[in-house]
Amino acid sequence: MFTASVVVSSRVTLRRASVACAALSGRTPMLNPQQLKPEPAPDAGFDGPLYASRVKVYPKKVRGAFRRFKWAIMVVLLGIYYVAPWLRWDRGALAPDQAILLDLPARRFYFFFLEFWSQEIYYMAALMVLSAVGLFLVTSVFGRAWCGYACPQTVWSDLFFHVERWIEGDRNTRIRKDKMPLSVRKVAEKTSKHVIWILISIATGGAWIFYFADAPTLFPALFNGTAPAQAYGFIALFTGSTYLLGGIAKEQVCIYMCPWPRIQGAMLDDESLIVSYREDRGEPRGPIRKHPVPGEETGDCINCNACVYACPMGIDIRNGPQLECIQCALCIDACDEIMDKVERPRGLIAYDSFANQERRAAGKPEQFNFIRTRTVVYALVIALIGGLTTYFMLNRSDADLNVLADRNPAFVTLADGSIRNGYTVRLMNKANAERVLTAKIEGLGPVATRWTRGADSEVITIGPDSLVTAKLFVSLKKEDLEDVLDDGVAAGHMIILDQMGYVVASETMRFQGPRQ
Amino acid sequence: MSSEHKDVDQHSGTETTGHEWDGIKELNTPLPKWWLYTFYVTVVWALGYFIVFPAIPYFDGSKWDATGGVINYDQRAVVAEAVEENEARLKPYTEAIVKASFQEILADQELMDVAYAGGSIAFKENCAGCHGTGAQGFVAFPNLNDDDWLWGGTIEDIHQTITHGIRWEQDYDTRYSQMPSFGSDEILEKEDIKDVTQYVMQLGGLDHSAEAAARGATVFEEQCSVCHAADGKGDKTQGAPNLTDAIWLFGSDRETIYETIYYARNSVMPAWKERLDEATIKKLAVYVYSLGGGVEPSDAAAR
Repeated sequence: MFTASVVVSSRVTLRRASVACAALSGRTPMLNPQQLKPEPAPDAGFDGPLYASRVKVYPKKVRGAFRRFKWAIMVVLLGIYYVAPWLRWDRGALAPDQAILLDLPARRFYFFFLEFWSQEIYYMAALMVLSAVGLFLVTSVFGRAWCGYACPQTVWSDLFFHVERWIEGDRNTRIRKDKMPLSVRKVAEKTSKHVIWILISIATGGAWIFYFADAPTLFPALFNGTAPAQAYGFIALFTGSTYLLGGIAKEQVCIYMCPWPRIQGAMLDDESLIVSYREDRGEPRGPIRKHPVPGEETGDCINCNACVYACPMGIDIRNGPQLECIQCALCIDACDEIMDKVERPRGLIAYDSFANQERRAAGKPEQFNFIRTRTVVYALVIALIGGLTTYFMLNRSDADLNVLADRNPAFVTLADGSIRNGYTVRLMNKANAERVLTAKIEGLGPVATRWTRGADSEVITIGPDSLVTAKLFVSLKKEDLEDVLDDGVAAGHMIILDQMGYVVASETMRFQGPRQ
Repeated sequence: MSSEHKDVDQHSGTETTGHEWDGIKELNTPLPKWWLYTFYVTVVWALGYFIVFPAIPYFDGSKWDATGGVINYDQRAVVAEAVEENEARLKPYTEAIVKASFQEILADQELMDVAYAGGSIAFKENCAGCHGTGAQGFVAFPNLNDDDWLWGGTIEDIHQTITHGIRWEQDYDTRYSQMPSFGSDEILEKEDIKDVTQYVMQLGGLDHSAEAAARGATVFEEQCSVCHAADGKGDKTQGAPNLTDAIWLFGSDRETIYETIYYARNSVMPAWKERLDEATIKKLAVYVYSLGGGVEPSDAAAR
């Protein structure tokens, strides 16, 4: 069979891509020359096939500060995920009392004191831009902190690794067991591992749907079979994807599916703190000998491979920055533990920057420059977008107006020669009380109006949390046309006034007539 | 394949197919496993699909058919069922619309919404061919948005027109009138027609020759005022258009008006009662009435 494999793998190729990415960001090359491994000779091409089979990763249990930090983050994030839909928020009798609720049938999004209608989806866009730039900022300061601590893929993979370790034992035991022939015990262990993974996945998918319906109502309904089919469908979907991505695919998601590793290189610069092996301190590697070999000079790295065994991505951090590295800092804990045992200073693997590696090499003191052009620009963009979003959110009206001009026909000539335009007016009242609003037309000259279908006059009574659609006919007398129309068109406004006389909404209105 | 026949490419480490063309060999790169398994799943799926759903077409001697499959699924039946369901859902409204008077329909927001929506669709299916999708009309086909009506613009008038048509001779109750061909039937001399053309343009407030119009006024009074009334404002009972307003069905230039008087205009609209049911015709009447030009009965009486 003849096929072309499309998956570009080869760790070396990927690392090159990552370095190239950083180079594209316009900074000095990230790696100093001695850090680069010898490149293969140009005529050798790729040093392996384009398709790489997966090498199973058996991460070893780690103890230390970063491990404890990851536990804390996991507890907080999972806590938010599971608890958030159960929080209540009183919005009166007409609105749901769930603090966070995406009400898709009603097209409303409730977030504590905020309520968004579907046409206000641009706030979601602003939130996403903010999240993206926030990610840029964090990345430029601390490297891939998102990937290492907060990404759901990392959190759930980590959780699944713990389950695996709890049932099958730590790294060496697991490797040994995988090599053993099938036995009742092995099958029982593997089965119970997958059952627990699936149970966690069901709990994950099960919690997701509570964001879309009233949680206390839906929860019992799920068990007595009266919940809607979509609820079960989405539980199945998220159960499947959690099990597949967090349980089965794990590090492959980060390496092959996720675009972020390819993008993040552009956010890093020489001063970014990333999980690094301090080559200046560690090399040349060598074991600790009881009787030192004369002439052998060794660095602090004793080549114990603890960092490699700890890595959930299955890489060696000592090879320098790599696309696969999610910077979870577990290798820092693993190495520190060893350094303590061999009574050498901690921090052979640590959060470090390229600039500091170069400074140490040149005999200068370390510096941590968090305030750089890049970080300042990211912070300013966040402040600007965040400020604008907050401003518009605080000043948004609880009424909304849409005026759609008829286009077929664009205008109608009446018997007395006047010109009439038709409009569909949609007026929304987002407040939880009935209101009387008045529609006024400005800038179209002495127009005559006629409201039909949905409204009797320009004074419109509109119920709480509802929408009025009315047909409006606007006509201009023949003798006024010349004054008002410019090349057959006039632009004006419809403004909506509340009973106090304040403008609560406005919309442009075009009036069309024959071109003179 | 036994192992001694395996030919492995030195460079890539991949087995070859064993074929060789002028020293060029083809690598036998295996498909990715995920791809293969997905493919196998689709094969199993297809087998199941063949059994469950209609799959194999055949000609039974008169028409094309297909094996039914165990669930005997039929998209036509699904559509028919959906149509039936929708009709059942609309039935109470349709019945109410047939029963109610137009004033009741216009006063009832719910009935009005159903009638307007249904009328809008029926209009596009049946009427848009002549009157346009926006009912904006064309030359010889009236614009239904404006307030100028040949045969009356109350909702009852509109309903009568749609039901029985205009000059639709098969229908006993059709609206009927005939404008004489003043020129081609040699009722008037060409000069008289030219003069009356000028007078009609004067009535319509268009540029005209006052001298010719004055001569034409006499001819108009003798020949035209019976239908178009002495003041030229027309007569809706005869479908005679108002000649003093700004709306001209065939055009307001001198040549067109002359042609109209010379040959006459007697447009035809079919009666729809044979093609459409009463509910649909009533919905259409509501829709056309609501386009903006509809005349209330009190207004019509005042005119």
